[in-house]
This record gives sequence, C-alpha cells and structure tokens, in this order.
Amino acid sequence: MSQTGNTLEMDVLYFAWVRERIGLPRETVTTEAATVADLVAELRSREARYEAAFEDLSALRVAVDQELTDFDAPLHGVREVAFFPPMTGG
Amino acid sequence: MRIVVQETPFDFGAEATAFANGRHDMGAVVTFTGIVRDLAGGGLEAMEIEHYPGMTQKALETIAEEAVSRWNLGDALVIHRYGRMTPGEQIMMVATAAPHRKDAFEAAEFLMDYLKSRAPFWKKEHGPASAEWVSARDEDEAALTRW
Repeated sequence: MSQTGNTLEMDVLYFAWVRERIGLPRETVTTEAATVADLVAELRSREARYEAAFEDLSALRVAVDQELTDFDAPLHGVREVAFFPPMTGG
Repeated sequence: MRIVVQETPFDFGAEATAFANGRHDMGAVVTFTGIVRDLAGGGLEAMEIEHYPGMTQKALETIAEEAVSRWNLGDALVIHRYGRMTPGEQIMMVATAAPHRKDAFEAAEFLMDYLKSRAPFWKKEHGPASAEWVSARDEDEAALTRW
C-alpha cells in the first residue's frame, strides 16, 4: 500500500461481533497511527459504533498482516489489520 | 501434512482410511472429529462458522508444523469447515500418524487445543428466537499452557 511521510493506508478487517457492531467487514483506512493501539484510539473517536466495538480491548484480539499480535504492535509497513473476538474453532 | 479449509462436508471415513493407508513405518493413527452439538435443551437450528480467509490456512499450517516439530510424527491432517451447519454435522477433523501411539495421541490433542483458540474461526449459534456468538472459554485458553 502507499505511504507518504507518516501517513499509512491499510485495509482494516472486522470479524464476528466486531463486524456486526461496526456494520462492515472491511474498509481502507488512511492513518498516521504508529501502533495498533493508536489506530484503535483513532477509530474509537470516529463514531459511536466504533466506540461500541472497541470499548473493551480485553475482549478483542488483533492480527497484523494475518499474524496474531498485540495492541502495541507497530504499523509501519503494514498492509492489513484485523480485529476480532477470541477465536472459537474446533 | 495436509490442511484443508472448506465449506462443503467431508467424508470422515474416507479421509481417515486414506490417511491411514499405505504407511509401513507408522504404527499409530489417531483421529478426532468435532460435531455440531445441539443446545442443552435442544433447539439449535444452525451453527454458523465465520473465518478469516487470508489467515486461516496459514494459521493451521503453523500449528500443524509446530506439532510435527514437537512430536515424532510421520504426518498430520487438518480439515476444518466454515459456513452453516446443523446439529450432527461434522465441523472438523484432525488425524496424526506416528510410529508409536503416545506421539499420535499427544500431537492430536495439541492440534485440537491450538486450533480451538489460535485458528481464526468464530462460531455463532442460531436458536429458535435469536442468534448468539459462542464465547471463548477460559478452559480453552488455559489448555494451551500445558504444552
């Protein structure tokens, strides 16, 4: 994806009830966030539906470029960030 | 090692037989199948499984590779479905082949424990009146610590 200065463009994906609360499965976000936590803060400040989805981070997991990681993960060079509840496979 | 993520049903018997056949150096094959269970009082109309298409295959491969590196395994198979299923349908299976049964059993349990909480699947139960996302259980997360 493109990168100009500190501005990043990335795909942000939502799954399960996070997707339902936000009301869409994916979107392209242009951001200056340095970490996942910064991106979350930016999204939360947008609209109530984001606030509702991100109100309890302990109930959420995050993957960066399709690998599980933590909320303090850096976003530099990242193309895809996904937010979802704890997984329930098997 | 074979990892399959698919919407359609699989033939458990045929998969297990194909996996076990023709192995002269493996003395043990263990299989596990997960089945859609009805709610305690009945009434589950469907189980819907959502997944993260770009990540699922890779996550399962990573888990299976870890199993192969930690136990003396000849082979491993994981099949996991997504989409809508009804009670009694098979959701997923794992199979492990090893020279001896202890490795096959332990690796199968490891695969199950990890793919329950580290593979990007989410279950939603559709009942008669409403639909609810299945919550992850603390026991499932705790199960990972024994490995």
